[in-house]
Amino acid sequence: MNPFRKLDGLVAPMDRANVDTDAIIPKQFLKSIKRSGFGPNLFDEWRYLDVGQPGQDNTHRPRNPDFVLNQPRYQGAQILLTRDNFGCGSSREHAPWALEDFGFRVLIGPSFADIFFNNCFKNGLLPIKLDAAEVEWLFAQCLGTEGYRLSVDLEALTITRPDGKAIPFNVDPFRRECLLNGWDDIGLTLRHADKIREYEARRRIEQPWLFA
Amino acid sequence: MQAQTLYEKLWSSHVVHVEDDGTALIYIDRHLVHEVTSPQAFEGLKLAGRKPWRVDSIVATADHNTPTDHWEQGILDPVSRQQVETLDSNIREVGALAYFPFKDERQGIVHVIGPENGATLPGMTVVCGDSHTSTHGAFACLAHGIGTSEVEHVMATQCLLQKKSKTMLIRVDGQLGAGVTAKDVVLAIIGRIGTAGGTGYAIEFGGSAIRALTMEGRMTICNMAIEAGARAGLVGVDEQTVAYLKDRPFSPKGEQWDRAVAYWRTLHSDAGAVFDCVVELNAAEIKPQVTWGTSPEMVAPIDGIVPDPTLEKDPVKREGMERALQYMGLNPRTPIKNIAIDKVFIGSCTNSRIEDLRAAAFVARGRRKADNVRLVLVVPGSGLVKRQAEAEGLDKIFVAAGFEWREPGCSMCLAMNADRLEPGERCASTSNRNFEGRQGAGGRTHLVSPAMAAAAAIAGHFADVRELA
Repeated sequence: MNPFRKLDGLVAPMDRANVDTDAIIPKQFLKSIKRSGFGPNLFDEWRYLDVGQPGQDNTHRPRNPDFVLNQPRYQGAQILLTRDNFGCGSSREHAPWALEDFGFRVLIGPSFADIFFNNCFKNGLLPIKLDAAEVEWLFAQCLGTEGYRLSVDLEALTITRPDGKAIPFNVDPFRRECLLNGWDDIGLTLRHADKIREYEARRRIEQPWLFA
Repeated sequence: MQAQTLYEKLWSSHVVHVEDDGTALIYIDRHLVHEVTSPQAFEGLKLAGRKPWRVDSIVATADHNTPTDHWEQGILDPVSRQQVETLDSNIREVGALAYFPFKDERQGIVHVIGPENGATLPGMTVVCGDSHTSTHGAFACLAHGIGTSEVEHVMATQCLLQKKSKTMLIRVDGQLGAGVTAKDVVLAIIGRIGTAGGTGYAIEFGGSAIRALTMEGRMTICNMAIEAGARAGLVGVDEQTVAYLKDRPFSPKGEQWDRAVAYWRTLHSDAGAVFDCVVELNAAEIKPQVTWGTSPEMVAPIDGIVPDPTLEKDPVKREGMERALQYMGLNPRTPIKNIAIDKVFIGSCTNSRIEDLRAAAFVARGRRKADNVRLVLVVPGSGLVKRQAEAEGLDKIFVAAGFEWREPGCSMCLAMNADRLEPGERCASTSNRNFEGRQGAGGRTHLVSPAMAAAAAIAGHFADVRELA
């Protein structure tokens, strides 16, 4: 996993609530057995005017000019502002894979769906929960100011606005540490292999039917 | 000892290690695997030179990509075929407690085959790279969906890194009216608390109306806990739970059965256990439900109308409603019963078990689908459900009504196979998600119970199943 420390990036607004993972990456692209290459199909049904197919060359497909990420001012955005319950629905990790592959590294919103939130951290993508009023303010600024940028510092746990004001945020200390270092969870867990074996041995005696 | 909730009992019995910030390492007893969310995990394992920790925890099947007709032709879509064959070869290489491949007589939707084979047992932790893993919580196990990185993590370590959830009790007391089913209860719950109402919680469903449900009905409710935002749904063990599991292929036998049952009977919330949140519903007030929008919380009773966004004060919600109505091609204040449909889908991990098929067949018996309804798909949840339904003659009732009787799989719940809606088509569906494009790009989904889906197929528009004599 790529570590995440600091990012100064262009902000794009995804101004709708309950954006589900089916919208983030539609089902036909889930047939891939790879972990990469989902970026061109991020928000496929909203982004293009035709129906996309896996393996297709996406460069000449007709784009929906009204879709926010197709607008010239948001090209190269690395921070996505979101509304309530972003990432709800299917557990598909293809959703964070697609967001990351497209170029996003940070999501800022009032709430995220649990499984999606968790999946982001496994892929070097930082989802930040802020209170609703703060997010509302950022939406207004982002929509009103072309080239609106924010500076996100995971070490300091702050988002710095262009006016210099720093907004504090929280991340679980364990997740923060993993993301700062780009650590592989599995390697970390295997440090506790003895404890896992001990637990297992005890369970084999207490509930042998679980090991039949 | 302090009174504990069921969730707390399940959690504390699976903690292997706790980090300073409360992140815990939780032991996983059962790992369900399907073809869509596992290939990258198997590959990751291989690239890192790691071996699976406990192969006999794995139960696998192919369900999302498999066709529901012409099995003799195999899987025609080469991309789908490759994904299913990748699972075949991964399981061949790694092993599993059980694998039900494409065309196996016990193949089916992963959340149907786990319980019916006794591979889902009370007190277990159950995970799968699939959000509807919450289904298994009907058996008082801690069950939830995970991402592919976590699938790999569980394969490599038999554990998962987790933060403890908050607990919510949803108590449904009283008696459900005739024609009102578990699906209507869970849609009414989501309508009440919203699709993010359960975020951060494990929801336990209790109360006399939940107790009165069969295991199939409880699975339907827990299945859609995720649609209320909760990763896990739970129902405590009672005699029905025990009776359902007796003599299933992977259920414990003999002396072990007795020991297991004695333990299982402790798996309920203690009297006086404290939940972080309690929601109460009166079963008698719940009517058959129909969703009208593009989120499961956008739901109305069958005798209701499509709401008017101009009456909504919250601007984000209002815009969401307007967008949903535009996508769904509906006008505000349209009576739900006036909405005509093009297709019907009876199936999915929510509603494809034998009881669901019986409910649909009860409505379809001696009737015929309306002419404006192009297709009524009935897709059993597994090969075993299919066999049972055929033994009861349900297939003949469906065929006589002009419905199509298909092979098991996920089918048009998410349309990864050939079963899908065309742009603009409107469907009465017993599945779990009415998201934009879920059943096919441009398709319009209305979520209903199996009985209500069959009633809509007969009437050609939504109809109150309680009024069908």
